[in-house]
Order: sequence, then C-alpha cells, then structure tokens
Amino acid sequence: MEEFLRILTQSLGELLAPTTAAYAMAAIGLNLHFGYTGLLNMGQAGFMLLGAYGFGITLVAGGPFWLALLVAIAAGVVFALILGMPTLQLRGDYLAIVTISAAEIVRWFGRSTLWQEWTGGASGLQGRYYKEPFQELSFLPDGRFALGPLEYINTGSDSWWTRIVAWGLVALVLVFVWLITRSPWGRVLKGIREDEDAVRALGKNVYSYKLQALVIGGAIGALGGVIFALPAAIVPDSMGRTMTFFVWTILLLGGAATVFGPVLGSMIFFAAYMFMRTGMRALAENTGVGDVITTTNVEQIGGMLVGVTLMLLVIFRPQGILGNKKELAFNVR
Amino acid sequence: MTADRPTITSRWSRLLAALALVLLPAMLVAPPATASTDDSPCEPDNSTPCIAVLVLNADNDRLGDVVVTVAGQGFSADLTTSADDAATVAAPQVGTYTVTIDPATLPDDQQLPEGAETELTVTAQNGATARAAFRVGPGAVAPAAPTADGSDDGVAGGTGDAPATEDGEGVGAAPEGDASQRALTFAQVWQQIGSGLRFGLLLALASIGLNLVFGTTGLSNFAHGEQFALGAAVGFITINQMGMSIWVGGLLTLAVCAFTGLAQDSAIWRPLRKRNVPVMQLMIVSIGLSITLQYVIQLMIGGGSERILSRNPQPLTLAGITLSTASWMSMVVALVCVLGIAWFLTRTRIGRATRAVSDNPALASATGIDPDKIIRIVWIMATGFAALAGLMWGVSFGSFNWQLGVQLLLLMFAAVTLGGLGTALGAFVGSLLIGQVVELSNLFIPSDLRYASALVILILVLLFRPQGILGRRERIG
Repeated sequence: MEEFLRILTQSLGELLAPTTAAYAMAAIGLNLHFGYTGLLNMGQAGFMLLGAYGFGITLVAGGPFWLALLVAIAAGVVFALILGMPTLQLRGDYLAIVTISAAEIVRWFGRSTLWQEWTGGASGLQGRYYKEPFQELSFLPDGRFALGPLEYINTGSDSWWTRIVAWGLVALVLVFVWLITRSPWGRVLKGIREDEDAVRALGKNVYSYKLQALVIGGAIGALGGVIFALPAAIVPDSMGRTMTFFVWTILLLGGAATVFGPVLGSMIFFAAYMFMRTGMRALAENTGVGDVITTTNVEQIGGMLVGVTLMLLVIFRPQGILGNKKELAFNVR
Repeated sequence: MTADRPTITSRWSRLLAALALVLLPAMLVAPPATASTDDSPCEPDNSTPCIAVLVLNADNDRLGDVVVTVAGQGFSADLTTSADDAATVAAPQVGTYTVTIDPATLPDDQQLPEGAETELTVTAQNGATARAAFRVGPGAVAPAAPTADGSDDGVAGGTGDAPATEDGEGVGAAPEGDASQRALTFAQVWQQIGSGLRFGLLLALASIGLNLVFGTTGLSNFAHGEQFALGAAVGFITINQMGMSIWVGGLLTLAVCAFTGLAQDSAIWRPLRKRNVPVMQLMIVSIGLSITLQYVIQLMIGGGSERILSRNPQPLTLAGITLSTASWMSMVVALVCVLGIAWFLTRTRIGRATRAVSDNPALASATGIDPDKIIRIVWIMATGFAALAGLMWGVSFGSFNWQLGVQLLLLMFAAVTLGGLGTALGAFVGSLLIGQVVELSNLFIPSDLRYASALVILILVLLFRPQGILGRRERIG
C-alpha cells in the first residue's frame, strides 16, 4: 500500500513537472502547425534543441536572462524560415521528411566535435553552467514548500521556481495562441487547413500564411526547449526523434486544433507514463513478474506502449480527448 | 473516418492479432537474449584470476561497446566494454593472456593512435585482476603498460557525468576508420568510392521497397527503417545466438521479416485502406509502428552494439579496394537482387501489374488487376528486401545497434527523393549517389557529420528539383 501511494505521488508530481510544461509548450507550437494550419512538422525537437542551445550558449557567454530568451526565440524563427521557404510549396509529406531530416542535422551538428567549445559535443551543456542567472531571479524565500504530498525546494533545479516560470510561460503562450487563432488571421489558417485552393481564390497569399504559422509555432517550440533545459542539461541525444514523436502523441492525445488539448495531453501522457513505468518496476521488483519482465525491460515496454497508443489514437480517435472530428487536418490533400 | 459498425470487432481482433504477431518473435527470443549476455563482473578469489579490459580516451573516460578478445592458455572470449565499468572475464587458469582490440568497433572519432599495438599481454594471477588498458582517440599517449594489481578499479571518476545517450554513432563505424584524419590521395578516394558502392547497393536494396510501397499506396512508410533493423536483429538472434549457419539463419530471417510485411498489410494497412483513411493519417500510424518496432528490437537485442558474425572480418582486395569478404559477398547479393527486382517489374505479369497500380490504381483495377493482391505482394517484397539489406548491413559493417533503422530511414528518404519518389529505378540511382556522398564526404568533413551531408543534399534537391532525377512533375503536388 505504501508502495502504491509512492507510485501515485510520483505520477501526480508529473502533472506539474517542468518537463510536462516543456512538452506542453512544444505541443502548443505543433498545434499551430498541424492542428490549425495542417502542416506536418516532424522536427519539433529540432526547434526545441535550437531554442535550448540559443538560451544556454547566451547565458554561458555571460548574456542576461532576457537576452537568452530572445536568442532562443530568434533561433526558432530562423530555423522555421530556412525550413519553410523551400518546402512549404511542396506536398505535405515532403515537409515531414525535410523537417525530420533538418532536426537530425541540428542534433548531429550539436553532438559533433566541430563546435564542441560552444555546444559541449555529445555530452552537451551541463546545467550548472547556465542556471545561475535564472535562479538569481527567484523572489521565493529559501527553504522547501509542500503542496499536499508534493514537496520541492523553493529555488533550484527541480524547484517550485522552475515550475512557476515554466507554467507561467505556458499560460502566457496559451492566451496568445487563443487570441491569434480566433482572430481573422487564425481563421485564414483554418481555411488553409480545410481547403488551400479556396483560400487562394479569396486572394490570400497561402504560402506567406503557412510560413507565418511555421515561424510562430517554431518560436513556441524553441521556448519549449528552453523550459526543457531549465531543470536539466542540454544534451542533444535526449532531444531527438523520440522527443518529436512524444510531442505528436501528446498533441493527438489531448486533441489537435483545441486550445487546451496540448496541455491536457501532456499532463495525462506523463502521469500515465510515470504510473506505468514505476508500477511495472515495482511489480518486477516485488512480485513474480520480475522473472519475466526485468527492470531494464520496463523502459522498453513503456516505449512500445507509447507507439501502440499513437497508432490506436490515430486509427480510432484521431481527434483526441478534446478535439472535434470535423476540425481535423488529416483530410487535407 | 466513418466507422462501419459491423466490422469493428473483427478490425479490433485483427489489430490485436497483428500486434501479437509483431510481438511474437520478441517474446520467443527475449529470454536467450538476456541470458547469454553475462554481465556479472568477475570476482577474483583464491582459485580464480580475473582479466579486466578498459578502453580509455584522452580524457581518461571509458569507452563502451568496443569488442576485445581475450585469448591464451587454450581459452578465448569476446568481451564488449561498457562505459560504466571495466569489462571483466574469469580466466580459467594462471598464465599470460593476449588481449586484442577490434579497431572496427571503436567510434569513428576515437581510433587507435598511429603505431599503437592492437594487442596487449597480461599476466593473470589468482586472487587478482589483471588489467589491460587501451588508449585511443586524438591526443592519446603511448599505450599504457598493462598492470596486474589486486584492486578492481584503478581509474577513479571519469564516468560520473556520462549522459544518458539516446543515440550512438555506432551504426556506420566503417572498418576503414576515419578517413578525414588522413592525407588525400587517389588511393584514398578510390577506396572511399568502393565503400560508397557498398553503402549505395545495400541502401538501394532497402529503399526500393520503400519506394514501391509509396508508389502503390502513397504512404511514406516511417516504419521501413525498423524493417531494415529487424533484419539485422533477427539475423543476430538466429545466426549469432542460436548458432545457425549464415545461410539457414539468413533464410529464416528473411521468412520471418517477410511475414511481418504480410501480417502488417492484412492487419493494419488493408483495413485502413478499405476505410479510405487519408495517407497523412496512415503516415502517422507508420510512425507509431516505427516507435513500437524500435522498442521491440531493443527488447530483442538489448541496448548495446551487437555483431552478427563473431569472427573477425577477412579483408579482400579487389581492384585496389579493400573491404571485408562479407562486404563483397553482400554487394554481389544486393546487385543480383536489384537486377532481379528490375526484371520482375519489367518482364513479369505481376511486375507490370505493380507498375500499373503505381501509375493509376483505378485504371489498373478496371483492367482486371486486383490492387489489394498487388499491394500485398509489394509489402512482402518491401519488408523482405529491407530485412535482407539490414542483415547484410550488419554482416558487412561489423556491428549494429537498435538505432540502425531510424538513421538509415532518413538516408533512404534522401535516396528516394533524390532519385524520384515512387519510381523503382529512381530509388536505385538515388541510393548509389547517396552512398557515394556519404562515404566521399568522409574525406572532407568530420566523420560524425557524414550522414548530415546526405540530408543536406535531400534539402537541396527539394529546393531545386523536387521531383528528383527520374521523377515526374505531377507527383510533387
């Protein structure tokens, strides 16, 4: 029973974890791409990694916190422009192939020895090199604080301060996305998703709108990378394809083309993922299940279940929990 | 997406059946896979001498996944080093042993320094661990003298902040080493062209299937890379772990993998086609399948690098190009298969029907061709040839790990885009070019970026000639 409570607390903790906020942020950006505009961006992890690098390297070089945030956003914007300009005139799956390739190129350059003095190569940038300016901003008193069963230090890596900033940023971006998607601009995006040619016939520059959506969503993705880097380190190999696919699963779970879908999806995804893994690990350690499933297999089975979940979601409930089946970008082209 | 109610239960059961089929090989083979890797470190006692092998880079960090052979006193064992702890083995008796490092399994940027020995001699004594340390990588000093001492662990620290890596570069660790470190001569370029040909032919065999599936169904199959890695993984289990001969094990591997294609088509792709699910949705289903298969493969072979053939490669020089004998054989097999596919597509009834379905499914079915049957054959062919290519990749490149699939998938996409999406010949031409680009770029840029060069080409192609070399304009939308 005590064991079960521990597992439950850990899963509950995932609801508020900074990583959950980071994935929610990335999914909000992807939602703008896929949910509202119908763009198949398979390289969201590339945007996140670039954002994290922009943030971390600026701080390591001695820049102030706000400049680091701006550099991160600028990195996302530039990456989106480079990707979007050649490919947005092509069919959807080309964009998917190009974005996933570009994200891999970013990761390979990051882990290469070429710019090791900046990126730290394959072992990445350790958190202690860039966290200080961020933690100095904290106005929370020293010590620890407990909210129900969840107890963290006030200021530090895995702290309340990180959580407040992470979710504060998510809330700000949510309001921003809610405002722009109900504006005339947002209605054009949805028009492009539904019927590109009809929007073109209305005299809109479809290409330019798609590029704008890609840029804004990419900048949001870069912010997601910053949040991801706040409590941890910037390691290129932990921000690869798997991350992109998790972001997709989160978006489709919560519901594409909805405002709260990404946040809900991220919370449910990580709570369930943690519950499943700690639960299986506890079973493997304490019961006869351990003879069949060793603790190392738990991660692999967890990963397999994510893949199966994604498949089942797309086949049987592509609109996710909150979504509306009519507002689904799959039918396009 | 309107679900036709009567079939929903059968669809569910089919999907479950398919998952069971996909998982079946994993269930069957998982126990031997874990049982055979004996990870327990050797504890020296009064009757057991231990030998520990370390591979250290210039920063005194341990390198993992390097294969070393400990031999002597009528005893021989292959060890794989790990980044966390020294690889140890219990020696059968006191005496001198030779420890040989396999340079092909070193990471590209951590090769042995010039003139360094690949062998060290250690003396094993009862109650002690004899340690052999190899120094590798740029800036490595002369090889450390082997020592015999009573302590288990002489090198302190150095492993504490090793990051949890998702990806390694182990996939393409070519036995030829890092060419960018050496001077550029004609022989060098010629050798790289040979390696590029090997790369290109194996890539072609894999990507033709990807392109056939795209041509007939419109699906960009993201799980194709995993089908490739599955060939290597099942081959590792049948040939290395179950000890079958390469021909029997290879045929069994092909049969198992081709069956996954058949099972996939009848359980997932055909029902979805019947429901007229848009191709973009199918693409995301294939991504889900790719994640699933990736972890299934990890469950089958574990997280480290594995070798299908445990014996050392025999080099063979033909026309001034030195590759392992297994590589030359693989190249011949790949070429024969590619020619066979070309003959099949142009000269046989079913092959012509395949091209007809690829061109215009509606018209094809109007002339009496059954598109479902053709697509089933295409799936079996695609997964079978991908598995053959993956198996031969594992054999000729020495070692592979579970990430082989995803890395190669992007190169396959680059190849088919370069050659022309949806055309079988285009995949062949594109693959040969990508093979050359990857291996020749090795001469000019750091080898850890050589796959990036192929992806840069992919983006350039989309910029200037999106239909590819042999593609047709109307495919780009």
